[in-house]
Amino acid sequence: MNFNGLKNITLAASLILASGISGTIAVAGGSATLLNVSYDPTRELYQSENTAFVQYWQKTSGQTVVINQSHGGSGKQARAVIDGLEADVVTLALAYDIDAIADSKLLDINWQKRLASNSTPYTSTIVFVVRKGNPKQVKNWDDLIKPGISVITPNPKTSGGARWNYLAAWGYKQKQTGSAEQAKTFIKALYKNVPVLDTGARGSTLSFAQRGLGDVLIAWENEAHLILKEFGSDKYEIISPSVSILAEPPVAVVDKNVEKHGTRKLAEAYLNFLYTPQAQDIIAQNYYRPRNPAALKKYSANFPQIKLFTLGEVFGNWRTAQKAHFNDGGVFDQIYTP
Amino acid sequence: MSQPDTNNSKAPVVNKRISDPQSVQVLLIGLTYLFFIGFIFLPLGLVFTQAFQKGWSFYLESIREPYAIEAVKLTLLTVAIVVPINAVFGVSAAWAITKFNFKGKTALKSLLDLPFAVSPVIAGLIFVLLVGSRTPFGSWLGEHGIKIIFSTPGIIIATIFVTFPFIARELIPLMEAQGRDEEEAALTLGARGWQIFGKITLPNIRWGLLYGMILCGARSIGEFGAVSVVSGHIRGQTNTIPLHVEILYSEYNFTASFAVASLLVFLALLTVVIKNGMEKHFHKNSLHL
Amino acid sequence: MALFQAKRRNILPGFGLSMGYTVFYLSAIVIVPLSMIFINTIPMGWEPFLNAVTAPRVLASYRLSFSTAFFAALFDGFAGLLTAWVLVRYRFPGKDFLDALVDLPFALPTAVAGICFATLYSPIGWLGQLLSHWNLQIINSPTGIVIALVFIGFPFVVRTIQPVLEEAEQEIEEAAHCLGATRWQTFRKILLPHLFPALLTGVTLAFARGIGEYGSVIFIAGNLPMKTEIAPLMIMSKLDQFDYAGASAVALVLLCISFSMLLLLNAVQEWQQKEYRS
Repeated sequence: MNFNGLKNITLAASLILASGISGTIAVAGGSATLLNVSYDPTRELYQSENTAFVQYWQKTSGQTVVINQSHGGSGKQARAVIDGLEADVVTLALAYDIDAIADSKLLDINWQKRLASNSTPYTSTIVFVVRKGNPKQVKNWDDLIKPGISVITPNPKTSGGARWNYLAAWGYKQKQTGSAEQAKTFIKALYKNVPVLDTGARGSTLSFAQRGLGDVLIAWENEAHLILKEFGSDKYEIISPSVSILAEPPVAVVDKNVEKHGTRKLAEAYLNFLYTPQAQDIIAQNYYRPRNPAALKKYSANFPQIKLFTLGEVFGNWRTAQKAHFNDGGVFDQIYTP
Repeated sequence: MSQPDTNNSKAPVVNKRISDPQSVQVLLIGLTYLFFIGFIFLPLGLVFTQAFQKGWSFYLESIREPYAIEAVKLTLLTVAIVVPINAVFGVSAAWAITKFNFKGKTALKSLLDLPFAVSPVIAGLIFVLLVGSRTPFGSWLGEHGIKIIFSTPGIIIATIFVTFPFIARELIPLMEAQGRDEEEAALTLGARGWQIFGKITLPNIRWGLLYGMILCGARSIGEFGAVSVVSGHIRGQTNTIPLHVEILYSEYNFTASFAVASLLVFLALLTVVIKNGMEKHFHKNSLHL
Repeated sequence: MALFQAKRRNILPGFGLSMGYTVFYLSAIVIVPLSMIFINTIPMGWEPFLNAVTAPRVLASYRLSFSTAFFAALFDGFAGLLTAWVLVRYRFPGKDFLDALVDLPFALPTAVAGICFATLYSPIGWLGQLLSHWNLQIINSPTGIVIALVFIGFPFVVRTIQPVLEEAEQEIEEAAHCLGATRWQTFRKILLPHLFPALLTGVTLAFARGIGEYGSVIFIAGNLPMKTEIAPLMIMSKLDQFDYAGASAVALVLLCISFSMLLLLNAVQEWQQKEYRS
């Protein structure tokens, strides 16, 4: 017997190996790079923002910059940064995740005070998506607990977006009745109507839109618009509840990493850029609510008036909300305890 | 051990002197097809109908896009490193386990199987716990500018872990069934260790080895869970094909996502084509034992 | 090291080299990294550890993961044996194609597989529509998990039986035939015992793999607490609370159970082989 075949394969393998390595070098070489570690729904947003920033930075500083993006579930991304993913900036779904990064001493514990508006250059809120014509007549939060209504929302344990959904529902009821106990009963009834808890917001969207599950999808406002765009506005419509939560997805420079890379100036410029009128316009185009009043006004047709409450009003801050509701033994676990 | 068979034409003919009745054959083949339709063809059909939904040109565009090409390169690099490394290990472990009697064999075999039983989620996690920057070892590596996790080495190590037992596991039952008489006979005839291995064991185990390498290769191409934990998901840098597929899917870019996924199907088919090619090659040149 | 020490009956060379290399590599790639799970649970203390791993939700997830993996592996055992037999022994149209597709479940990323099955069995999917006539719901139920796991584990069984079957000498079967044994008797008395170690290996591997599978299952399982939440998902959700110790604790228990099962099955196999030889 002989091993000519094997020899050829080895040869092929080493060729592939060589080409693979040269490919990596080609990518790594070049100019200043910045790594933005973000959560799932912002892919489209940062694609546009990065293009705009690269041009802006070229013009103001003459430097060419490459911005690398990493997307995933907010909690997972935070963990990756904690474990050594060298993000220069993090742009995550909730402050709690950046708090966790701060806890591991990668950035200042008071990071949220460093940039304007709680370090959130844009906000969003939680709305409903229903099938065209709203066959089940879902108008507000109370309709979600009616018998026979099937609600799609992701798992708050694994998805940042799902936590905003949950807190929005809770806050609505607590504000309406003034009682946390009633809010809890409401949440329990709501999750009785949930047939599937996907692990991420995008998973829920797909269950609802691609697999035809459920009557209502609770989603980020920006995701809701994206669903209409991607899956057809002739098939779905957005219902805005009377009251919802002001979701504030924050951004921060990761001190330890920018010092290591020498990219602090660039990273700070990048985040500050998000507050400029140009960036705020892009934000509004992507259906996030801009902080800039002019941009908000320009795109006001996309952002119906909803009474928005902040997380602070009802829950104090993220750490207490997380502990009371979503950690093991918290309210979310209790509503599923038989 | 027999002399090389000079009559080559006889070798490839698998004797079919006794076989099952026609009716049994048809029934069993039918059942197999039924299973394949339900569990393999339908998902496959879904992948391809989705991949070609927007036509050929869109398909080609999706797989020629720079990020897709980077992902393919990274995946092939991973496979090219992982398979040989695990093959050497697999042969060595199978040799140790099947050719000798020793205490703790069952434990050793079970340890070999362990990576299969480890959830891909944990497989990724353990390397994060081992060389992540929170650990002393990880921070030491970081200070010396050695990047393992969230870069190519991390992806390769995680893949090695996940595909680690394939080849050994493929070889052990085979070598156990074959016993050690032939090797022991060769030894008494004065052959030395490597000679025995090269002339007797290797030809005997080539199918198992080949199958094992194919499985190992296929699994390295497709590994998602563990790699996803250690990759960092940086576009164009640490995305393998499966991760790229997931990214495209999450962007609601279904057609492109399934187009790239179909590449994985082709890669899997390619490994089997290679196997069949080698099979014919072996049959032509092999000793007929 | 008393363990892994050769007994006297060995005459072939290479024990030291192959065993040394095996143990070294095994330690570097498997044992040292896996020990991190153990190390990470130590700071927890005994009580919190017990609380973490015996919470009702966690227990329910163990039950679900083990039972679905078991049924899937059992099914794979039959389907895999059948497929290997047909592929090795018969000639029929499309044989090479089927052979090639056996590995598909490995090469297709688990997430893609999960998405495919979830789409197929969804109320508007190809199979889901069909099943809805009988009011059967596969998606978001344990049955859905089993289906995903059957797919994931299938190649393990086929590919471990196939080489053994290919090497099996048909002369013995012929001899049995000459001695008047029926085909079925030959299969049961001669072939099956010969194939049994490989079959058991394949089934065990499919089972072990099924316990830990995450990517494909989460799309089709439904992930409802106490009902359709698999054990790896419990680990994930603990990690998302940055509870590394809790996640390691659940992982450790999962690992210990899987390992003892592997140990048991390997011991059974060893014993069965001795029986078969004597």
